[in-house]
Amino acid sequence: MARFGMAIDTKKCVGCMDCVVACKTENNVPEGHNRDWIVTVANGKFPNVNLEIQSQRCNHCDNTPCVACCPTGASHVHEVGAVVLVDHNMCIGCKACLASCPYDARFVHPDGYADKCTFCIHRVEEGKLPACVSVCPTHCMYFGDLDDANSEVSRLIASRKNHPLLPEAGTSPRIFYLI
Amino acid sequence: MNSVSRRKFLKISGFSVGALAATSAFSPMLKGVDKLNKEKLKGIKIIPTYCDICFWKCGTLAYLKDGELWKVEGNPKDPLSKGRLCPRGTGGIGAVTDPDRLRSPLIRTRQRGEEVWKEVTWNEALNYIAEKMNKIKAQYGPESVASFSHGIGGNFLKHTLKAYGAINFAAPSFAQCRGPRDVGFELTFGEAIGSPERTDIENAKCLVLIGSHLGENMHNTQVQEFANAVANDASIIVVDPRFSVAASKAKYYLPIKPGTDIALLLAWMNVIVSEKLYDVEYVTKYGFGFEQFAAEISQYTPEWAYPETGIDPELIRKSAKEMAMHKPSTLVHPGRHTTWYGDDAQRSRAIALLNALLGSWGRKGGFYFPVSYSLPGYPYPAYPAPSKEKLDNPGRKYPFASEEITTGIREATISGNPYPIKGWFIYATNLIQALPNQDETIKAIQNLDLMVVVDVIPSEIAGWADVVLPESVYLERYDDLHMSANKTPFVGIRQPVVDSPSDQKPNWWIAKKLAEKLGLANYYPWSHIEEYLDYRLKAGGLSLARLKQEGIILGKDKPIYAEDGVPLEFNTPSGKIEFYSSQLQEAGFDPVPKFKRQEQAPSGYYRLLFGRAPVHSFSRTQSNRILMDTMGENEVWVNHDVAEKWGLKNAQSVRLKNQDGVISNKIKVKVTERIRTDCVYMVHGFGHNSKMLKGAFGKGASDSGLVTKYVIDPLMGGTGMNVNFVTFEMEA
Repeated sequence: MARFGMAIDTKKCVGCMDCVVACKTENNVPEGHNRDWIVTVANGKFPNVNLEIQSQRCNHCDNTPCVACCPTGASHVHEVGAVVLVDHNMCIGCKACLASCPYDARFVHPDGYADKCTFCIHRVEEGKLPACVSVCPTHCMYFGDLDDANSEVSRLIASRKNHPLLPEAGTSPRIFYLI
Repeated sequence: MNSVSRRKFLKISGFSVGALAATSAFSPMLKGVDKLNKEKLKGIKIIPTYCDICFWKCGTLAYLKDGELWKVEGNPKDPLSKGRLCPRGTGGIGAVTDPDRLRSPLIRTRQRGEEVWKEVTWNEALNYIAEKMNKIKAQYGPESVASFSHGIGGNFLKHTLKAYGAINFAAPSFAQCRGPRDVGFELTFGEAIGSPERTDIENAKCLVLIGSHLGENMHNTQVQEFANAVANDASIIVVDPRFSVAASKAKYYLPIKPGTDIALLLAWMNVIVSEKLYDVEYVTKYGFGFEQFAAEISQYTPEWAYPETGIDPELIRKSAKEMAMHKPSTLVHPGRHTTWYGDDAQRSRAIALLNALLGSWGRKGGFYFPVSYSLPGYPYPAYPAPSKEKLDNPGRKYPFASEEITTGIREATISGNPYPIKGWFIYATNLIQALPNQDETIKAIQNLDLMVVVDVIPSEIAGWADVVLPESVYLERYDDLHMSANKTPFVGIRQPVVDSPSDQKPNWWIAKKLAEKLGLANYYPWSHIEEYLDYRLKAGGLSLARLKQEGIILGKDKPIYAEDGVPLEFNTPSGKIEFYSSQLQEAGFDPVPKFKRQEQAPSGYYRLLFGRAPVHSFSRTQSNRILMDTMGENEVWVNHDVAEKWGLKNAQSVRLKNQDGVISNKIKVKVTERIRTDCVYMVHGFGHNSKMLKGAFGKGASDSGLVTKYVIDPLMGGTGMNVNFVTFEMEA
């Protein structure tokens, strides 16, 4: 069984938000909402500044508070790649998952269900990469199976210095930022 | 909850207006196109075209799902996008669904600028225009109709206007953007940089960016190559008063005092010459006037430059040595928007000279020799011979201008000298935000008998027009063939993917119909643009059917580097690289660039700098709802210490007031460590005041509105715009 995750090279990323726009068009994300977004972390005092640009989204965690707290079972771990998904028909829009997510990755779709990144599972199941990965003009994003030691993501995470977001939240996130 | 989606809404309204349009005077000419969407196709259909959200024109694949426009992606065959569009391109479908789009031809019914209109048919609009044009021709001559345009879509309108006898054509891309750079390089190497830039970024071992903020400035090919250069561990050197995204990738970041770049360039060249780090063989073989240049440069030590630039002399030395170490694969990027201080052609010349010292012109990792596909033009009748000269640059006042000067036409329109300008045609450029000093633009407009704007959105300049003609968005129209010179020759097609939702028309149709109204039908021997395209393609041994299928057809690769045998030839008076420029000297200018101090900000004021965001093109995308969801307004960047002094908090709204008392819209403050304390920065293109542009109206502030002052480059007429200062007006 695969366990999908991402490695994002912050050295190459320029924060252009193509990932955000591609996700919007690929998944018809409604106006006023985004499933992924850019965070720029600046540290230091001018001119000695350090920037880290992060393309953020649902971390498809191994420990999923959003699934645990869902009263209907709409939030679930998909059989392919252990991707965390929401069944729109089962979701009652109670927002418990929105509150439980340390990454603020979910929003309520105008049609009333909790919505978020799906790792473009509809594409992945056709053998394609997620839209954000495939569009990136800097080729800074990598997607693959974290359980396969030979996958490009696994090799990058093993060989490059990296960090996930909010590891202290204990959710075991599966997106790693290469620094 | 929004139960009727925007897409559905547009479909409904588009249908009803389309039905009305069919009864209007012109029978629809887009016979084949009309059918595109009507048959409900099941499944996915992919149609190649090329993008128009900026001028880079990347090859695009448009996806239709069950006959509806779904998304666009890059065309993998395209040498420019390499299959990956930039965010603006990816958001291109937002231009189609933009609810603020112009839908019908409009004729002004009240004062100019009041934006009160009546909707008219195309027949009425074009009759109105033709009648006014005939009057202008009779009274003043056809030279008194001028045109401003941006992008390939203007080609057919220009053709009609040339057939009419117009001669004054200009684009802000010269005097408000890349003009100084191209002139600086022409004076030095005898050739301009061109667009796309002939910069071999991905093979550079050392890349120097001076105010050029690649990554934020999202010119697709360049950013892709920049990311490759970063991944290849190229040494990046960034000079910028603002800690740009590119600066965050740099080995050396030089936080320069704005307006002192020439001093830094002179000091860099001083180090490279005095320590004999330059490409001696290259300079000896190809250089002219090196001795005089070297003598002149010898006075500009890093210690001399330090008090001007604020850059530590050691950092100047180290970065100069870094450049020299990687020569000739060191690319000192020439930039693109280079109209900063009015001495910009000389600054660009200094950049050219630094590249010359490093031997990077013509070399791999430097400046390559671009190659392009070539197809014969369409055999049109000759244009009428003009009885007057162009008036943008009378008497060659700006002797090295190599293209027409927009602001020269504006000036002549105001003064009526050397002859009156009575008509303006404006295609796809928002002159209100593109030209400095909006009052002068509005003053010029008052002297016109006819002002026509052709555009897809009601930009601010459309608000001042007499007639507004709604153009189809690029995904709804054909355009001329795309054959930009770059590393690989190619020809690309723009073709309609979906129908226009209302009564919009493609520019070729507008231009052809106007020509017919003007009695110039003989200039359009073809009845549909497909015939025109087919003619040109057949003449080159290609077919329209194949190009429509593939989107891009590649030509044969040719050598692009001196290393591969391209001869190094220089179209300068000496036939060499002009370290010392006799033609500048003869025209009364510095033959070797000199540094002159810029005027400094009054106390309590900060220099206003502006630039680009990756998700917007100029002031043309702020009603694209997809792009606005990624960046809906601009912010003013204020250094943390400055903010503290003024008591400004992050995200607080302020207004900016410039040295002439002009006050901006409200804008949010971004308190940051990423900028110097003597300047502020904002992204260009926001703060729209066109009432018709609802999605953009009042969002953020306009830098252009604050650019009341500009300094004209005496070499080429460019308008230096980084010469304005602002202070903060607190919101009560």
